[in-house]
Amino acid sequence: MSLSMATPDTDIDLWLNQQTDKSLLRFLTCGSVDDGKSTLIGRLLYDSQLILDDQLASLKKESRNRTTGDEGIDFSLLVDGLSAEREQGITIDVAYRFFSTDKRKFIVADTPGHEQYTRNMATGASNADLALVLIDARKGVLTQTRRHSFILSLIGVKHVVLVVNKIDLVDYDQAVFDRIVAEYRAFAEPLGFKTLAAVPVSALRGDNMLAQSPRTPWYEGPALVPYLEGIEVSDDRSAQRFRFPVQWVNRPNLDFRGFSGTVAGGSVSVGDDVLVASSRKPAVVKRIVTMTGDLDRAVAGQAVTLVLDREVDISRGDVLSAPGETPEYSNQFQARVVWMSDEPAFPGRSYLLKVGSQVIPATITDLKFKTNVNTLEQTAATKIDLNEVATVTIATDKPIVFDPYTANAATGGFILVDRLTNATLGAGTIEFGLRRAQNLTYQSFDVNRDVRAAQKGQEPRIVWFTGLSGSGKSSIANLIEKRLTAEGKHAYILDGDNVRHGLNKDLGFTEAARIENIRRVAEVAKLMADAGLIVLVSFISPFENERRLAREIAGDVDFVEVYVDTPIEVCEARDPKGLYKRARAGEIKNFTGIDSPFEVPKNAEIVLSGADNEPVELAEQLYDWLTH
Amino acid sequence: MLKGLVEQGFEARGGLKRRPSGHIQMTSNSPSMRAVEVSGLTSNRLTHLQALEAESIEILREVAASFERSVMMYSIGKDSSVLLHLARKAFYPSKIPFPLLHIDTTWKFAEMIAFRDRMAEEYGFDLITHTNPDGLRDNINPFDHGSSRYTDIMKTAALRQALTAGAYDAAIGGARRDEEKSRAKERIFSHRNASHAWDPKNQRPELWRVFNTRLNPGESMRVFPLSNWTELDIWTYIYSEGIPIVPLYFAKKRPIVERFGTLIMVDDDRMPLNRDEVPHEELVRFRTLGCYPLTGAMRSSAASLPEIIMEMQASRTSEREGRLIDSDSVGSMEKKKQEGYF
Ligand SMILES: Nc1nc2c(ncn2[C@@H]2O[C@H](COP(=O)(O)OP(=O)(O)OP(=O)(O)O)[C@@H](O)[C@H]2O)c(=O)[nH]1
Ligand SMILES: [Mg+2]
Repeated sequence: MSLSMATPDTDIDLWLNQQTDKSLLRFLTCGSVDDGKSTLIGRLLYDSQLILDDQLASLKKESRNRTTGDEGIDFSLLVDGLSAEREQGITIDVAYRFFSTDKRKFIVADTPGHEQYTRNMATGASNADLALVLIDARKGVLTQTRRHSFILSLIGVKHVVLVVNKIDLVDYDQAVFDRIVAEYRAFAEPLGFKTLAAVPVSALRGDNMLAQSPRTPWYEGPALVPYLEGIEVSDDRSAQRFRFPVQWVNRPNLDFRGFSGTVAGGSVSVGDDVLVASSRKPAVVKRIVTMTGDLDRAVAGQAVTLVLDREVDISRGDVLSAPGETPEYSNQFQARVVWMSDEPAFPGRSYLLKVGSQVIPATITDLKFKTNVNTLEQTAATKIDLNEVATVTIATDKPIVFDPYTANAATGGFILVDRLTNATLGAGTIEFGLRRAQNLTYQSFDVNRDVRAAQKGQEPRIVWFTGLSGSGKSSIANLIEKRLTAEGKHAYILDGDNVRHGLNKDLGFTEAARIENIRRVAEVAKLMADAGLIVLVSFISPFENERRLAREIAGDVDFVEVYVDTPIEVCEARDPKGLYKRARAGEIKNFTGIDSPFEVPKNAEIVLSGADNEPVELAEQLYDWLTH
Repeated sequence: MLKGLVEQGFEARGGLKRRPSGHIQMTSNSPSMRAVEVSGLTSNRLTHLQALEAESIEILREVAASFERSVMMYSIGKDSSVLLHLARKAFYPSKIPFPLLHIDTTWKFAEMIAFRDRMAEEYGFDLITHTNPDGLRDNINPFDHGSSRYTDIMKTAALRQALTAGAYDAAIGGARRDEEKSRAKERIFSHRNASHAWDPKNQRPELWRVFNTRLNPGESMRVFPLSNWTELDIWTYIYSEGIPIVPLYFAKKRPIVERFGTLIMVDDDRMPLNRDEVPHEELVRFRTLGCYPLTGAMRSSAASLPEIIMEMQASRTSEREGRLIDSDSVGSMEKKKQEGYF
């Protein structure tokens, strides 16, 4: 029956039914660099006739001077969509592609093999049911093959197909295939995959992709695509325990208060008893609201809005569950973490942890061991480097609701975010909660400046203001302190006058006393910076060697010298404390600018021109400079 | 040899398949005749469309919950229509908690603008429109200034202006990964620096549905709830949910001139015609919608959604072929996105 002409509605309904009845398989390709992952996906798209005429034309043009199959096409160009990827001939980030056969729909994530981009492989794996682990038949099992396989097991991808690719380049030799499969099986044994199939393939030439190839008569299994069409991967998430992380409180008016979210496990029906996991407050589900009408029941994966029978205090981040089947509620758990940042993870550092819709400061309290991806051996470690996998305990600032990842991926998978840059640094899967009784072991790390700074989410530093009396140092320092505090930072001002009244009460104005004055202030500033603070020191400090002394004392603390350059006439005209007047009258001796010199700073990081700018503008300039 | 393999593959298995002739073959052994319903649930497993719908709703709610000032791009096309429908569903019974933003280049089809205003009135959402005032002043248009300069000024720069003026920290768009190669690479929550630029080589990892929505001052997020939808998903969803779309998607006799093989609809009298050019009536429809001088029509008699879906299945060209701006060069979309284009 041909449907290209005007079609009665029943025909399309029939056809749509067939479409919607198709199951969906989400899979990824992974493995070492250049093993042919992108070529394989490109070939699949091509063979499923998803490449349309206009795309094909430009593709053929672009394939010149590249490795191509009989069709004259470099299939990897179909997936490597970034210009940098096409230039370098490697995959950098995941490509998501879609295709379907008459049996199934597929979403495939083609991930990079390059070690540097392992995080993007993990991204692709996190939503997949199945993985194609590619191997170049000439090269066999490589470190990156093992690393990817290990990450698959960590993320819980249960089904693996070992694709021994480029079989054309080893003369379709069964011995090569058998040897690689045996080696991989031995390695993967402890990783606990539910299914592990192996198929010899030439992605470039199409062998064993859609149908068994006559060039590998020794291979009796199914070709790749028929295998993917047939494999059963669904685990019924509606059979899990009921979990409903509240994403958004729905409050259009005073008469309606609903909790919007996606059922993350199990199912819920009108009339069910539920419990707020953190407060243990009970309620009964009164309505399950959707725009197209209320439902009697909602299952895992559905996005709905629940209305409860009573007023309970619930906000974003809370989790509803069934009584007697509550998730864990604790501030400590053990987890496996894969690190994705060039900056290593250290125990004691503070990160932001996001699990479900909860976001909370968290610290790695203990690094139990790292896992060597080649041997799966566990080794002791003091930090987690880029692309490494470690088992850790994590403490959160307040208790959070979670499940072991194996019980529910939606409530057991988390990311760690940098508190300064907001970059995603790592991802983890929770193994189990730790009770309060198993107290935090803080011995495993030293509390040092980094740790304290990370806890405050800031970079400690000393900002040293120098300039004449009345030049505006204190006003600017005050404005900066306010701004920083408003942004949740921790800053403190050391001001000449204040310090002279307390700590340095005993010091006069002789040369020696001045130096001692500076020394003490610099030492105090250093201690405060060590405590993780941003210290704003506002001191006339007229002599170059005094300022040098302060800088030396600061040592490895970031030291910013700020010269507030306001001409003496302006300062004297302002004379906020009447000091210039008294100095002119001879009541104050050795007054900077009058009868004692001010050495213009040669090493200031920044000079603020106080002659023609208000303190507010200067503070603005300085703030911009500091936050760059 | 290889040809033989292919024939044993998809071709030999029957069922739905495409042939260059443009015919669709169907296996018709299913007794079921009911229309697809997205909301109703017959088993514990969600259908493909139900799962897509739920995922998009979750993403939209995450935006509303995580950002101070979010906005939804409204381009009036089919993807925008689906996005609007999903946003209404996501927040029901509340109103959509963010405004919709339309970048008006002043060259959209008149029917699009009428449809936009009708939707705003019917659904009561907040509609913001923005036109680049500099472009307007200089009378920038696709005829005198070329498509790429025109797009830069009236679309990309206009968008940047509107986003900066609104100080939005999140902008929701209807782009899909199946549209184009560089889009296939983009995250659902896609980070932008202070000048709205995308850094494709340094995207944040995005695991599960745990989205990192955190930003530093000045940075923003582009969010794509339809990332995992295909063009076919969009049409089948529109059909099964009864979502209103601009009538230009349906075949009708329209005034057409043909330029370099592209059918351009003469939507108003601002279009300069060559001396020998006379618009003639032709039965056409549009597969995507944009500015009328830059949007190619296709000859078609598909006047209903089922016909459109069937025609699309048989098509041998991609949806973007009708967009004159996208075919400039390989990698042009990526470049535009780096400059802040959606
Ligand atoms: N002879 C032969 N060459 C192949 C085959 N598969 C891939 N290649 C070639 O291997 C090279 C690398 O292929 P890609 O598909 O880019 O490899 P990849 O695994 O995607 O690489 P990354 O994503 O960068 O890790 C290309 O030159 C391909 O043409 C095959 O089956 N046979
Ligand atoms: Mg690749």
